[in-house]
Amino acid sequence: MSIFEYNGSALIAMVGKNCFAIASDRRLGVQLQTIATDFQRIYKIHDKLYIGLSGLATDAQTLYQRLVFRHKLYQLREERDMKPETFASLVSAILYEKRFGPYFCQPVIAGLGDDDKPFICTMDSIGAKELAKDFVVAGTASESLYGACESMYKPDMEPEELFETISQALLSSVDRDCLSGWGGHVFVVTPTEVIERTLKGRMD
Amino acid sequence: MGDSQYSFSLTTFSPSGKLVQIEYALMAVGSGQTSLGIKAANGVVIATEKKLPSILVDEASVQKIQPLTTNIGVVYSGMGPDFRVLVRKSRKQAQQYFRLYKEQIPVTQLVRETAAVMQEFTQSGGVRPFGVSLLVAGFDDDGPQLYQVDPSGSYFSWKASAMGKNVSNAKTFLEKRYTDDMELDDAVHTAILTLKEGFEGQISGKNIEIGIIGTDRNFRVLTPAEIDDYLAEVE
Repeated sequence: MSIFEYNGSALIAMVGKNCFAIASDRRLGVQLQTIATDFQRIYKIHDKLYIGLSGLATDAQTLYQRLVFRHKLYQLREERDMKPETFASLVSAILYEKRFGPYFCQPVIAGLGDDDKPFICTMDSIGAKELAKDFVVAGTASESLYGACESMYKPDMEPEELFETISQALLSSVDRDCLSGWGGHVFVVTPTEVIERTLKGRMD
Repeated sequence: MGDSQYSFSLTTFSPSGKLVQIEYALMAVGSGQTSLGIKAANGVVIATEKKLPSILVDEASVQKIQPLTTNIGVVYSGMGPDFRVLVRKSRKQAQQYFRLYKEQIPVTQLVRETAAVMQEFTQSGGVRPFGVSLLVAGFDDDGPQLYQVDPSGSYFSWKASAMGKNVSNAKTFLEKRYTDDMELDDAVHTAILTLKEGFEGQISGKNIEIGIIGTDRNFRVLTPAEIDDYLAEVE
């Protein structure tokens, strides 16, 4: 079994009209056994920047700690928050540093950039950035996620509709994947507010 | 006084609390050719005398004002070779920042890192301080900025400043002439007049150097022909 499938994960980020949504599942497993049903995969870097980390849970946690460290120093030195594009370049550089002994994670980055323009991207475990205008996915359920997003997504959705779309895409995909699921965690971020919701899906 | 006994070692404080080597480095700066910088409302200008040791020197090959990035330039007073080393290091730091963040380095960050290099050379074994003070001019998201960096590694943001031989006269002149709402062209004229104050001999486009950066965020050194145009306007 691949190391990326050891813990199981599912992540989506989607762009809406002047907003974005980022969602994850909540299962933490050790191969076939479920250990936790409330595992957090999405982290806040600052008010307008979120990162989700799929893959091996220990690497996801360590990578997150390193990124928070770098971002806090940046905030102190430059007296401003990092732009999402800049943060994505930083994550890519940090992952590539470990080119021949990588972090087994696939990050999904979502944020509001200059003029509150939504920005999403994902990258592979050694930092190859993939920018998208509509949605990005990661995790063990990624193939189902791609299919679900492709059919359900439409551009310029308002926050409420975006929430419904991303939730349906997430839940229907993780139901087809035994390693991810046990509910969902969705953040919808607009320039003025952040709404965090928990989804109840099939608890298996 | 007791200071002279402590003047041989860089890394030893004198009883009066000074690092005498740094004081001497500042003297090296003070006997260098005059340079100055003026921050306008819509840009920054830096300028320096370019007195060459002989008429046989090819003045086009001497470049005292150098770009560090496309939107940051620098001029110095003091020892030319030390300046070249600092320019090299600063350019590398700017590019390392870009490689990491894919974003142009802000002026304050580059100044801070350059100052940190200069400070390192006041606290390490077997090295001496840099014999230059730098005037860094840049334009970024925070607008036009002008910084002076000293051999000790301390840096200051200035609206207008001068360094080198004629520093006190130049600063007095600038204090009188400076206004907050100056435009870039006015600042260039003021810079030329300030240099003229202490200039020995006939000033021309061949014996001064001027670098400007405006809202286009492109630092460039003026050609001798352009400088002559400005000189004609000033007269």
